[in-house]
Amino acid sequence: MDFITDHLLTFILFSPVFVALLMLFLPGTEKQLLRWTALIGSLIPLLLSLVLWFQFDGRATGFQFEEQAVWYEAINASYHLGVDGISLSMVLLTTLLTPLAILASFGIEDRVKPYMILFLLLETGMLGVFLALDLLIFFVFYEVGLVPMYFLINQWGSPKGERKLWGNVTVPARTYASFKFMIYTMGASLGLLLAIQMIGAITGTFDLLELYDVWRVTSTSLTVFGLSASTVKSIAFWAFVVAFALKVPVWPFHTWLPDAHTEAPTAGSMILAGVLLKLGAYGFIRLVIPLFPHEAAIFAGALALLAMLAIIFGAFASYGQNDFKRLVAYSSVNHMGFVVLGIAAAAWAARNAHPEHAVIAMNGAVLQMFNHGLSAAGMFFLVGVIYDRTHTRDLRKYGGLFPLVPVYGGILIFTSMASLGLPGLNGFVSEFLVVRGAWPIFTFYTALSMLGLLFTGAYIIKGIRSTLHGPLNREWIGHLSEINGRELAVIAPLMVLMLWLGIWPAWLLGVINQTVTAIFG
Amino acid sequence: MATETLIWLLPLPPLLSFFLIVLFTNRNKLLSHTIAIASAVLSWLAGMVVFARALGDDFHHLGEHPFESAINWLPTGTGAFQIGVRIDPLGALALFFVCWTVLMIFIYSVGYHNFGQPEGDHDAKGLPPHGATVKHDGHSHTVPSVEPNYSRFFAFISLFAFGMYVLVVSDNLLTLFVGWEIMGLCSYLLIGFWYAKPSARAAAIKAFMTTRIGDVFMLLGLAYLYAQAGSLSYSVIFSPETLDHLAHESAVGGLFGLTAAGLIGILLFIGTIGKSAQFPLHVWLPDAMEGPTPVSAMIHAATMVSAGVYMVIRIFPILAAGGHHGELTPAMMALAAVGAFTALFAATIAIAQNDIKRVLAYSTISQLGFMVAALGIGAYIAAAFHLMTHAFFKALLFLGSGSVIHGVEHGVLHTGDHSVDPQDMLNMGGLRSKMPVTFWTFLIGGFALAGFPLVTAGFWSKDEIFADAWFLYSHDGNGWGLFVLIVLALAAFLTAFYTMRQITLTFLGEARTEEARHAHETPWTMTFPLVVLSVFAVGIGWFGIPDDFPVLGGLLPNLVHGVAYTLPEEVELAELVFSAVPLIVSLAVALLGLLFGWLVYRGYRAGQADPLKKSLGGLHTLLENKYYLDELYHATFVRFSEWVSETLTYRWLDQGLIDGFLHTLARIANWLGTNLRDRIEMPVISDGADALGDGVKIFGRNFRLIQSGRIQNYMNLVLVIVVLFGVLFYLILQ
Repeated sequence: MDFITDHLLTFILFSPVFVALLMLFLPGTEKQLLRWTALIGSLIPLLLSLVLWFQFDGRATGFQFEEQAVWYEAINASYHLGVDGISLSMVLLTTLLTPLAILASFGIEDRVKPYMILFLLLETGMLGVFLALDLLIFFVFYEVGLVPMYFLINQWGSPKGERKLWGNVTVPARTYASFKFMIYTMGASLGLLLAIQMIGAITGTFDLLELYDVWRVTSTSLTVFGLSASTVKSIAFWAFVVAFALKVPVWPFHTWLPDAHTEAPTAGSMILAGVLLKLGAYGFIRLVIPLFPHEAAIFAGALALLAMLAIIFGAFASYGQNDFKRLVAYSSVNHMGFVVLGIAAAAWAARNAHPEHAVIAMNGAVLQMFNHGLSAAGMFFLVGVIYDRTHTRDLRKYGGLFPLVPVYGGILIFTSMASLGLPGLNGFVSEFLVVRGAWPIFTFYTALSMLGLLFTGAYIIKGIRSTLHGPLNREWIGHLSEINGRELAVIAPLMVLMLWLGIWPAWLLGVINQTVTAIFG
Repeated sequence: MATETLIWLLPLPPLLSFFLIVLFTNRNKLLSHTIAIASAVLSWLAGMVVFARALGDDFHHLGEHPFESAINWLPTGTGAFQIGVRIDPLGALALFFVCWTVLMIFIYSVGYHNFGQPEGDHDAKGLPPHGATVKHDGHSHTVPSVEPNYSRFFAFISLFAFGMYVLVVSDNLLTLFVGWEIMGLCSYLLIGFWYAKPSARAAAIKAFMTTRIGDVFMLLGLAYLYAQAGSLSYSVIFSPETLDHLAHESAVGGLFGLTAAGLIGILLFIGTIGKSAQFPLHVWLPDAMEGPTPVSAMIHAATMVSAGVYMVIRIFPILAAGGHHGELTPAMMALAAVGAFTALFAATIAIAQNDIKRVLAYSTISQLGFMVAALGIGAYIAAAFHLMTHAFFKALLFLGSGSVIHGVEHGVLHTGDHSVDPQDMLNMGGLRSKMPVTFWTFLIGGFALAGFPLVTAGFWSKDEIFADAWFLYSHDGNGWGLFVLIVLALAAFLTAFYTMRQITLTFLGEARTEEARHAHETPWTMTFPLVVLSVFAVGIGWFGIPDDFPVLGGLLPNLVHGVAYTLPEEVELAELVFSAVPLIVSLAVALLGLLFGWLVYRGYRAGQADPLKKSLGGLHTLLENKYYLDELYHATFVRFSEWVSETLTYRWLDQGLIDGFLHTLARIANWLGTNLRDRIEMPVISDGADALGDGVKIFGRNFRLIQSGRIQNYMNLVLVIVVLFGVLFYLILQ
């Protein structure tokens, strides 16, 4: 038992891989067996992270459950893991959403075995990013998560639809989307890798905790490739910023998102919106602000501007959609804008002697990451539920479905309201904290962001209006069955959390706050 | 039980009722409404106990030591954001009217939704019931049918009641906002209760979006206030230190030379403009009539619209911060201007409406304008007083109108002519004898609205507003007082006029249609709440008679005046002195308005044009169409935002500019690749390599010929080469 608790993070990190390896030996035709193995297997990291949650000391500062082992001695990179309040909440989000996504995928009939294996590998990739305390390990897992997602979109994405490129050139939509996703993320990673190499070369270590101490005060006499440390710092800063901005995504690098989210299979969209987007924001919080506090503060204004544009244009673009899934996809641009706004405000405030604003803004940003994970996953799932039955995502083809699916309708309204940020549900708390934290720092941007918040209402209502309300489209009578037990099992935990976090957010926010206060307070 | 504990528990029964109905009893109508009403009774009981203890405590003492209790809610850095409950004099009065109106509305809903009636012949979920055919003694006739989504209605209004209770018992602006928004959601769900009707769906969306405009400003105001004061609890934000700080700090960015208090006040007030349907965000409220009538009463009287005014009354210390005696701060001027304009503006529209509920809707907008204007000129007590009396008489009027509609619908079912609109007052007349309880209670409510002197509650609260306005002008020489007095007096005259028009057209004279002739009184579940509310519509005013009022003053304790103790001592209210001027104005406008209303409409016959149409001409058309504001908003804001969303943002920016740029990059990469292949890869590298190989092959093939393996051939070749080289050397050396 001690062995497990001593290496808890490693067990959490690699248990999905272990299950995936096990699944390799199962017969590919036994679909039910494969599904249940994947589901039960994915509950292991969830249980372990619950153990982690309860053993985590919410009052201590710094990293806990650290593990360190020699990995790549020649370049001084080590296998170094650890969690603080911020990463702990992200780990919990990941291990929670993965089983739900796998349960949501029980309807997949095509090549179940590779599908489930990819999902488990994806989980390890994401967890690795949140747990890593070594830049090289961070990068490795950052890339590991990319590959399974590419295949999930490319192979199991929506089979219909084409995308026109130029002239008469068209490609299947899922090919287009997966390629765009791949290119964007790869492009970002190149800079990231280069920056990490330079930092490693100049300081002789990839260890984050050492870098936190060393990197900020790096003396200017050091050079690498003939470049001075300050030049390297600027290059590394921008490489990091671009890499994470693409991943969040920050406006105007966001157009891969609606394509990827729309074409991915339902569970893929759940994870994509629920967790993968958080990797970018997490990168800002874990790497950019602590390593480059000075540069981050200088450019925080620009980042806040982009965040504001994401909030506004994300909401407008979402409202302009007639494809339900695309509407939800764009809502992520809108909601992640608040995360970035909070991060930008915190970056500025921390350097300019306003720790109280920094703490509130950052608390809001991290909580918003968690909350968006819940609501976006829920919304994508619900879109998937109705798509499975109607085989259309066109909002104009639904209409007045409420009497046919009252339970589904109630759940859709509930989840939509969480996504909208209705007070009493989770999204409100985090958005309020971000607005509160950002107002004294970026007053003008925050005020303009309200336009986005207004249109958040517009697109959420548009979704409800077109699906549930209005005269019943009689075409669907007899073709639309109520949400089933398995689907309820997917959405119910999310709904409970949304309500719980809305009424009593302190259980999560307390842990986040402790870490954020230690960093910025 | 400790009063604080009781206050914590007070909002919970309706919430529990909501969850119970949604999760378990949604198929059982009897159980659902039993749970809902039981929860309303529990909250009512708790509310009455709290109110009694508050009264027993004496408002002066309560103002200084309110019932309050708070807990840490959000950890923020080293501190925490606190939330809690608080009942002070203002809270106690609000709790009183909310408890009563909510309970009455719950009871009324049972009858309104035809509980106990058979299921309809063709009723569908999401549409109003259309009636059921029953066989009786061999012949069949049509009777009202029960609402198909009966349980759902009680779930929604339970949640609505929860939102309102949260708002009233809150000790801070954040949980107030939580209750505020929960009500916003419920109003959306309830206005769109008959969601299958496109008009109801549109009205619900309009209400949600219009109020949301106010809400996002309010959110900014909350963030600003929280950033400045470090808290949103009343005890902190209304403390002298905070108010002093806010009054002396200039607004962020130096906006319009305002102080921080001014900007915060205006931002929060915009929330009220949305929620309490003030101009220019009033457009949602008349459309909200698409909801079932108990909803209208709930939204337009007891709860949501009251919430907006309740909030500005709450934040009055901030609105007034930095002002001096007899002067208005910029925020107060904004209130006075918006409120007074709205009061008159909405009253003019109300005189030209024929839908019985729509008249009341515009009258609500107008009356809320009275309260806002009153607060704007610093008439804190009068605003709170009018809020309270209005909640009672307007709930009464809405429920009364629902009863009327119900009665006429009965007539429609009898004749079977569904082209007759049971809400159109022109189709009514003579209902006095058919529906006596409804008539008498409606008369009381209407007279209270019109401000019928001395008896009704509406008179006392409206008179107090006039008195304050006059005092501000006559005593302090502030022109705002005179302006507000004149505008509100005009509005009050119109109010009395359209109220009497409504009563005359609906109840007096002869029935103008067959349907009205067959109308009959509604069941006791509907009339009982009317009777209870009419008691308050009269009696509540007697507890707010100014002490120096001739003869009547001081006969009963002036409870309402005690609301002033809610304010911190630093906020001074003017000590009113009785004056005959506002009283005469008040009497004149009420009585003349009622008289004209009766004179103009008493002779109205079926099929006639509205008498006002002749005298007002084109102006009447303008009023009938609500100044064409809906059309204007649709043509500008709605269309524009659709264009921005679909065309500008999505098609041009995302698909055109950004993706276009990406596609261009991809195209360049593609072109580069193709060209590299076609121009370099294929001709140079690929073909070059092929050429090299081919050349070697050809060379080898040809060269092979000389490698015959015969020694004499080689010797011949050697000979030839030796000779050739010999000649070469000879030539060179020479």
